[in-house]
Amino acid sequence: MQDAVATSNLVEVENVTFSYDERRVLENINLVVPKGKVVAIMGLSGCGKTTLLRLIGGALAPDKGEVRVAGKAVSRMSDRELFALRRRMGMLFQFGALFTDSSSFDNVAFQMREHTRLPESLIRDLGLMKLQAVGLRGAADLMPSELSGGMARRVALARSIALDPMLMMYDEPFTGLDPVSLGVVSQLIRRLNDELGATSIVVTHDVAEALELVDYVYYMAAGKVEFHGTPEEVRAARLPSLHQFVYGEPDGPVPFHYPAPEYGQELLAQ
Amino acid sequence: MSNRVTELLRELGSRMVDGWVWRLGFACRFLWRLLAESGTSFRRFHLTFREIYFAGVLSLVIILVSGLFVGMVLGLQGYDTLARYGSSEALGVLVSLSLVRELGPVVAGLLFASRAGSAITAEIGLMKATEQLSAMEMMAVDPIARVVAPRFWGGVLSMPLLAALFSAMGVFGGYLVGVRLIGVDEGSFWSQMQSAVDFREDIVNGIIKSFVFGVAVAWIAVFEGYDAPPTAEGVSGATTRTVVTSSLAILALDFVLTALMFRGA
Repeated sequence: MQDAVATSNLVEVENVTFSYDERRVLENINLVVPKGKVVAIMGLSGCGKTTLLRLIGGALAPDKGEVRVAGKAVSRMSDRELFALRRRMGMLFQFGALFTDSSSFDNVAFQMREHTRLPESLIRDLGLMKLQAVGLRGAADLMPSELSGGMARRVALARSIALDPMLMMYDEPFTGLDPVSLGVVSQLIRRLNDELGATSIVVTHDVAEALELVDYVYYMAAGKVEFHGTPEEVRAARLPSLHQFVYGEPDGPVPFHYPAPEYGQELLAQ
Repeated sequence: MSNRVTELLRELGSRMVDGWVWRLGFACRFLWRLLAESGTSFRRFHLTFREIYFAGVLSLVIILVSGLFVGMVLGLQGYDTLARYGSSEALGVLVSLSLVRELGPVVAGLLFASRAGSAITAEIGLMKATEQLSAMEMMAVDPIARVVAPRFWGGVLSMPLLAALFSAMGVFGGYLVGVRLIGVDEGSFWSQMQSAVDFREDIVNGIIKSFVFGVAVAWIAVFEGYDAPPTAEGVSGATTRTVVTSSLAILALDFVLTALMFRGA
């Protein structure tokens, strides 16, 4: 299947426009993710980053343009092809989205049991290997409610690499983690990418962490790609909104105040 | 004046069509999808089996206790009325027919809606709110086949069994009060019951009723859960709607079914 891909890009997003009902979320997005790289999509909350991931995963279809994964247009796939593609994708959700009714191990084994006919003894070994990779083999029998936020994120990571995906997508993997867990997750993203020979897309607004971790950055604002480049280029960029974003300045092109009538007038009225 | 009335009617109509009819259509398409995806629930029956445990076995306590008390009350009230006509030995017939035809399916259905239906809605709604359903979809597993359909069938299969147990427990309650406490003749209590209750007319019709209620409650519960807005208010609202809608549906369906089954017989 992989041989059919002529280009060296695993994911190609071409002129994609997308709206929820009337609200335009993405406008004319162009973006490529080369094989084997870790690419960050950064931007403020609500700029359409997660929507972009959902388009790549085929959960949504673009209004205009095309999303190609491994050379094939996702929106033109049949349900069957889409499901086959998703078996080769892993996605880490913002808060892990572990199945609360099963143990860590059963969460990791979920896809193996659903999609393969491996004997239970082999599933046990594979599941423990995946948990070992994220350092949580000892937590195999714990339920999600017994895990800390960082541990849950790591179990979810083990679950998403269960079938050795070619493409990993991370939706805000750093949100709400303490500094230690954050470092662990960040290091895991890099290590798993390089060891599995996978390609990764990290959607995040955690600037410091992402710039350390990734190979390439796409910066989005208001549904458009405003800037793209290597982490060094991002740090040096002169674009005002990107500068505000990278250095976390409270006021700038993104205003501190939500649009409102003039302050004095509103206080004096009645 | 007439303008205001027209406007009011128009408003009412649009709410009805946009809110209610649209949702009903959506629920029907959802049911269709669910039935089409039900293969997994039976091929891998342990998935459904687990839901029968959660919906059925865990509802046993409330069903059995309620059945016992409803039967005991029927024994007291029934004896009081029958004794006025000097036919207190017909108590067994009264208790068993009321339970098997009506109270068993209806009261068990209402209890089932509030005990199991609400739990199903809350569980599916929370799975949606915490992105567990999206995660499943991204892992190439259809949540309708894997999560929704087993819960639906678990509910549908549990309901007739629960209603039957409710009726059996009620008959026992009636026996306790009527025969043991009040002293109705034991022989006539049982033998009149045996000759008056017809298997096809009464028991099978009761089972059909409870099956229909099971489908209604399970359908409403899984739909409300799946359709719930993924927030705390969304899930709590959906849970409330499940109990209210399924209770009303049970009572309305009961009237329709009774009219079809027992008219003038």
